[in-house]
Amino acid sequence: MQPFTTLRAVAVALDVANVDTDQILPARFLKKPRSAGYGGFLFHDERRRGDAFPLDRPGNAGAGILVADRNFGCGSSREGAVYALVDAGIRCVVAPSFGDIFASNAAKNGLLTITLPEDAAAALRARLGAEPGTVLTVDLPAETLTGPEGGAIPFPIDPFRKRCLVEGLDDVDLTLEHADAIAAYEAAVARDEPWRVPART
Amino acid sequence: MTAEPRTLLDKVWDAHVMATRPDGQALLAIDRHLLHEGSFHAFGMLDHAGRAVRRPDLTFAVADHYVPSRDRGAPIPDPEIATMVSGLAGNAGRHGIRHFGLEDPGQGIVHVIAPEQGLTLPGLTVVCGDSHTSTHGAFGALGFGIGATEVAHVLATQALWQRRPKSLRVTIDGRLGPHVAAKDVVLAIIAALGAGGAVGHVLEYAGSAIRGLSMEGRLTICNMSIEAGARAGMIAPDDTTFAFLEGRPFAPRGDAFARAVAAWRALPTDDGARFDREVVLEAGAIAPTVTWGTSPETAVPVTAAVPDPSAEADGTKAGQMRAMLDYMGLAPGTPLEAVAIDRVFIGSCTNSRIEDLRAAAGVLRGRRAAVPGLVVPGSGPVRRQAEAEGLDAVFRDAGLEWGEPGCSMCVGINGDLVPAGERCASTTNRNFPGRQGPNARTHLMSPAMAAAAALTGRLTDIRRLGTP
Ligand code: SF4
Repeated sequence: MQPFTTLRAVAVALDVANVDTDQILPARFLKKPRSAGYGGFLFHDERRRGDAFPLDRPGNAGAGILVADRNFGCGSSREGAVYALVDAGIRCVVAPSFGDIFASNAAKNGLLTITLPEDAAAALRARLGAEPGTVLTVDLPAETLTGPEGGAIPFPIDPFRKRCLVEGLDDVDLTLEHADAIAAYEAAVARDEPWRVPART
Repeated sequence: MTAEPRTLLDKVWDAHVMATRPDGQALLAIDRHLLHEGSFHAFGMLDHAGRAVRRPDLTFAVADHYVPSRDRGAPIPDPEIATMVSGLAGNAGRHGIRHFGLEDPGQGIVHVIAPEQGLTLPGLTVVCGDSHTSTHGAFGALGFGIGATEVAHVLATQALWQRRPKSLRVTIDGRLGPHVAAKDVVLAIIAALGAGGAVGHVLEYAGSAIRGLSMEGRLTICNMSIEAGARAGMIAPDDTTFAFLEGRPFAPRGDAFARAVAAWRALPTDDGARFDREVVLEAGAIAPTVTWGTSPETAVPVTAAVPDPSAEADGTKAGQMRAMLDYMGLAPGTPLEAVAIDRVFIGSCTNSRIEDLRAAAGVLRGRRAAVPGLVVPGSGPVRRQAEAEGLDAVFRDAGLEWGEPGCSMCVGINGDLVPAGERCASTTNRNFPGRQGPNARTHLMSPAMAAAAALTGRLTDIRRLGTP
């Protein structure tokens, strides 16, 4: 995983609530191998419907940050939605709230999710909508988001999620430091609650 | 000294914590890990790291998302889809994991077969790389969906780091009205909470209206917890739960079953236990419900009209409503019962159990559908039971197609798509743009309501239609 420290990138507003992972990555692309690259599938069908999709408007090329409305990434647990964003160059999504599974998938793939209050996110979207190509700076160690003329907005982040992003840690290795606790727990279940293990048929 | 009263969630959570990190994250033991074809990314990560599956005996694989709904005897024509199905069989075989493949009589949708086989039990932790793993909470288990990296982590360690979620109890007392089903109840809950209303929470469904539901109904309710943003939903186990489980293939037997039931009886939330949030709904106020938009939160009584964005004060919200109406091809103010549909789909992990099929068949018996439709049972056992009861003949005589078990038109990745621009009355769980196919329009509803819509070719109040 690519470690995340600071990011300076064009930010794009997406004025839609409840953006689900089916929109981010339509289901028919789920069978593609990761090596194929998921960037071309990002918002595939949304980008081909009606007016120009925000990511495709002039000035927004090469965007690295999305600013969305509430409950971004709800729905299906497909991690491919995160692969599509990351492979298309998006390293950070800002929203008032996120689908829980999406946020967890994001952290495991170097995609930072920043939760801002509803009005702060709305103000940011309004600004980006009016001035395409606006560059924002994310400083993860300092936990701040900064616009073109300064004025750092602090954002909260789970300390472990931050550490995993900054250091690019492998979860399994960390968990295996607790191998003894897992083995002891499994032995206790086998001894005291054998019904928890399925009868094999 | 008496112990602090605890919730059902507290009890299941506390019993699974193996270690705690200074930042508050807990290492949870996982009792059941369910896999489907989508787990190929996770097996790739496991293989890449050269790791083994720690507990193949707690891991179960089933082909459901990509399996064909017809012509099961013939090879799958699309090579990419065939590879998804055979890939799961290969990964399961290599790692010694029990696999319910196409030829297995127990094959079906993962969230239908795990309860049916007795794999899902009260008090367990159940995970799957699928957001509707919330379904399993109907037994008083803690079931939640995870992503591919987490699937790889569980395969390697049989554990998962999680932060204790907040708790939200939804209490529904009273009697449900005639023809009001579990699906209507959960749609009403989602409309009340909002699609993101329960993010960060585990729901517990309580009250006499919930206790009065069968296991099938409880599974429908817990299934859609994720559509309110909750990763999990739970219902306290009781005699209905235990009676359902006794004698199931993978459930404990004899003395072990009796010991298990004794432990399960201690799981329900203690009197006086505190929830982070409480919501109360009145059972009698819930009507047969349909959705009008592209989020499950747009659920309204079928007697309502399409809402008018110009009545919405918040400009952003009004714009979002307009976009939904535009996608759905609906004009503000249109009575929902005047909306014509092109087809119906009865199936999915929300509503493909025997009780669902009986409800739909009860409406359709002896009548002809006005539109085409597809009925897909949730599992092999459900399919055989329905055929033993003659339900397949009811559907066929009505002009609907009777399919082989799987996810089918819920997500369309086996090729069962709603054609672009068509409107589908669907017993599934998601009406997202493109969910049932590019530019397909989905209205969510109960099996009886979908059957009623099939008969009239319009969204229809089942109470008006009645049953013969
Ligand atoms: S039936 Fe639909 S919601 Fe359920 S597991 Fe299959 S695709 Fe997912």
